[in-house]
Amino acid sequence: MSAAPQKAKAGAEKIDVTVSAVVPLNDLVTRFEFKRNDGARFPTFSAGAHTVVHMNDGGRQRLNPYSLMSDPSDTETYAISVRRDDQGRGGSLFMHRNVQVGDKMEITYPVNLFSLDLRATKHVFLAGGIGITPFMAMIAQLERSNGHWELHYSVRTPSLGTYVDQLTAKYPNKVKVYYDDQSQAIDLDKLLDGQPLGTNVYVCGPKGMINWVHKSAAAAGWPEANVHSEEFTAPQPGKAFEVRLCKSNKTITVGENESLLEAMEREGIDAPFLCRGGACGQCETDVVTSDGEFIHRDHWLEPEEQGKKIMPCVSRFIGNSLEIDR
Amino acid sequence: MKLCALFLSFKDTGDNSEMSKFQFPESIQSRPTYGTLTPRPGKYHLMIADAEGAQAILDLAEQDAELMAKSHVIYIPKGSELGDSLQKLKPAQYYEGPSYAAAASRIDRVLGAAHMGTQIYLTGTEGLMGQAMHACMQAGIAHTAIQTEHRGSVARRMQCVHCKGITEDVITDPFECSHCGLNLFVRDHYSRRLAAFQGVCIDAEDPGNVPEKVELYK
Repeated sequence: MSAAPQKAKAGAEKIDVTVSAVVPLNDLVTRFEFKRNDGARFPTFSAGAHTVVHMNDGGRQRLNPYSLMSDPSDTETYAISVRRDDQGRGGSLFMHRNVQVGDKMEITYPVNLFSLDLRATKHVFLAGGIGITPFMAMIAQLERSNGHWELHYSVRTPSLGTYVDQLTAKYPNKVKVYYDDQSQAIDLDKLLDGQPLGTNVYVCGPKGMINWVHKSAAAAGWPEANVHSEEFTAPQPGKAFEVRLCKSNKTITVGENESLLEAMEREGIDAPFLCRGGACGQCETDVVTSDGEFIHRDHWLEPEEQGKKIMPCVSRFIGNSLEIDR
Repeated sequence: MKLCALFLSFKDTGDNSEMSKFQFPESIQSRPTYGTLTPRPGKYHLMIADAEGAQAILDLAEQDAELMAKSHVIYIPKGSELGDSLQKLKPAQYYEGPSYAAAASRIDRVLGAAHMGTQIYLTGTEGLMGQAMHACMQAGIAHTAIQTEHRGSVARRMQCVHCKGITEDVITDPFECSHCGLNLFVRDHYSRRLAAFQGVCIDAEDPGNVPEKVELYK
């Protein structure tokens, strides 16, 4: 019998870990490192992958996706770098304030929605702020295979330049840093002009930056397939609403500060998910009946699907009644 | 039956500009499909065509007055007389050659020096588009980013899966491999790597029992 090894279901399967290091990098960003509790090795991951960190915040479960930024070939340690968002929903604040070395946590198996196209003749990375994290792993992976890459990294100030010193010291000819406070900006049109055939560009950063790169590349005649981006949309708060879950035969209320997905998890409903940011499509759920208005915040559904389907990880509803197939 | 034949003959005598276009019936996923060339933004445009593909470039040029000044046209007439009309479009560069093989080194040279922002337009027979697409993919262009439009003959470039020899311009099914002589069945199974459809021996089980040749899509 050819017994293929049982594959863990990415995203759903969790790994029990202990926080092995907490390294503050600057005023806003801290690195957290994890080791496995069972002493085994982590699976290798492909650069660009993320993990969902489960946080127990005083009884309330928080699940936030973070890009793995350690070297993908390092199976001893996984690392994430978390930017504190004082106006956010509280996940990053919890990480910064409560998580300490020795804490037990759960993280999911890595899932990659932002992978390198290894057919590319050259990789151009565009990072904005904390968007540097997936590129840390990509650079480590490409360095091992002598890959052709360059990084253009835009940060607010020198003191907020996460990993700038490390990157510029190690790769002085491949990394260019732009400081907002010195009015430096990536000259994108010039950068896109004259790149060798088969170049792929990757952008991770604020929404505006991502849109800017997609738009500029399209205008310069770059095929869509050569432009990659990743943006995790955090679920936005909104008015509380009721939803009927027909398969589970349950009616639940989604609170102001939680997502529909989180509300279902709170009620013990088995709802699928991977990215929790409206990007991967895993949590797509059919709408059975609805009387009201949807607030679609995902990057997944086509306009004609909106209303027939909903992405519970980020999207909401305002109205009289909503019934979904879950 | 009669109605069907009438309809077909009506289509054949349809309006002139559509004459070189052929709607391939739906088939397996591996079979390439073709679209209609549309001008796209870009600094440099490479157009490779054979025979009646020239007509698609003439149609393309009509949609954007500034396109041809940034374009390099590589044309293989195969007996067609549309070369003069193409030259009248005043492309930045124009080359006319007797065969794809004759143009291949030029195409590789052009692609080797090209940058991102280059748009590719392929039109004409499937053999021409397949081979040019292969060259573009080798140069690093995703096949999804390459525009194609079929014009003219429905003849195929076939690979014999037995001797691996390529037979160009196959117009009947079955046909004899031009290398090993086997009777080959014309499949819709296509290889982007070889830029050829697969031909499989049709009388392997019962040698000599070969169905009558039928012209493709007739």
